[in-house]
Amino acid sequence: MEIKVLGTGCAKCKSLEEITRKAVEEKGIDASVDKVEDIMEIMNYGVMTTPALVIDGKVVVKGKVPSINEIKELL
Amino acid sequence: MNVKSQGTIVLQILVALPAIIILYYYLQPLINYFTYDLLPLSEESHWGQAINFFLYDTIKIIILLFVISSLMGLVNTYFPVEKLRVYLTTKKLYGLQYFFASFFGAVTPFCSCSSIPLFIGFVQGGIPLGVTFAYLITSPLVNEVAVAMFLGLFGWKATLIYASGGILLGMIGGYILGKFKLDRYLSDWVKQIKANSQTEFNQFEADNTPFIQRLPSIINEGWDIVKKVLLYIIIGIAIGALMHGFVPEDFFTQYLSEDKWYAIPLAVILAVPLYANAAGIVPVIQVFVAKGVPLGTAIAFMMAVVGLSLPEATLLKKVMQWKLIGIFFGTITLFIILLGYVFNWLL
Repeated sequence: MEIKVLGTGCAKCKSLEEITRKAVEEKGIDASVDKVEDIMEIMNYGVMTTPALVIDGKVVVKGKVPSINEIKELL
Repeated sequence: MNVKSQGTIVLQILVALPAIIILYYYLQPLINYFTYDLLPLSEESHWGQAINFFLYDTIKIIILLFVISSLMGLVNTYFPVEKLRVYLTTKKLYGLQYFFASFFGAVTPFCSCSSIPLFIGFVQGGIPLGVTFAYLITSPLVNEVAVAMFLGLFGWKATLIYASGGILLGMIGGYILGKFKLDRYLSDWVKQIKANSQTEFNQFEADNTPFIQRLPSIINEGWDIVKKVLLYIIIGIAIGALMHGFVPEDFFTQYLSEDKWYAIPLAVILAVPLYANAAGIVPVIQVFVAKGVPLGTAIAFMMAVVGLSLPEATLLKKVMQWKLIGIFFGTITLFIILLGYVFNWLL
């Protein structure tokens, strides 16, 4: 599974990355978590509000930091 | 999440909400009791008054900020950004689009990192540059921190004037900037996006998470905002409290009083290179006002401090050329100055 956290580097984006890593670890699934900070690349996903979470190329969360349980469900 | 935990959330809110209201209502007597009865400070002493003032203001503002941030978080969670974009591009709005964009800038919590993606998103959706600017102007100017600080230190009337002034500024600034042909000064890659812009119709998917399950994360985010600016609030109020004691009465009046025509331009131009957030600047502004600076001049100063800053300029550099940043800043500076005169005339 390929997971990407989109965000230009504000506090919310960092906390989304943290929670996502934790969720992946707790679920014990094999997934790569990458942070995308380049604004041009972020815009390619058609996201207008950061932070956003992309799983296997699909935007599943945008504009907010969900709880760890929500992320686990999405995974 | 199961039914039981939903019940717990409801219960917690039912307990917490009245508690906050009661605390807010009885805050002054409570702080009085704490400073003058529990601490060995007298009501007449300079330090007693300063500490009382400091504690009362800090706690009051924390409560206000928490409540307002949570409310704005609520609006935000349900605000359909994508729908707004479609609405702005497909409907004939006869100028109202500037109001919508500016108002939207006011209710989105200001996070500079979200401004730029939204800017691009608007451009991508084919929204005119002027309307996009209206959003970009108001977004840092009117935000939950500024509103909470104003409410706490100046009362609701000044807050209303500040917020509506900010929204008006975005509308007018956006409209004027939209009249110039500024597209050519965007960064090349943004121009490309603009050329390929298209109106998307059904990109949004409904989010079915029930309201009650949303609440905890909204409230948490509200609290996060408080935690993030808490230090600035404390420093700002402490500086304010000290200035109250040590800056002589009418100190600023000789430079910035109303009868000096250059007072507003001077205050605004001095403020542009300054960078502070609303949390730190409002308590200082309050002292200015207490020491004889007209409220309109003070509001103009504050708008220039929070609305225009070097860090923002460097962020904007990603989407526009320096020349456009210059035009953007220049226009806003000019309108803040004009708005300052209007405020002083009104108040």
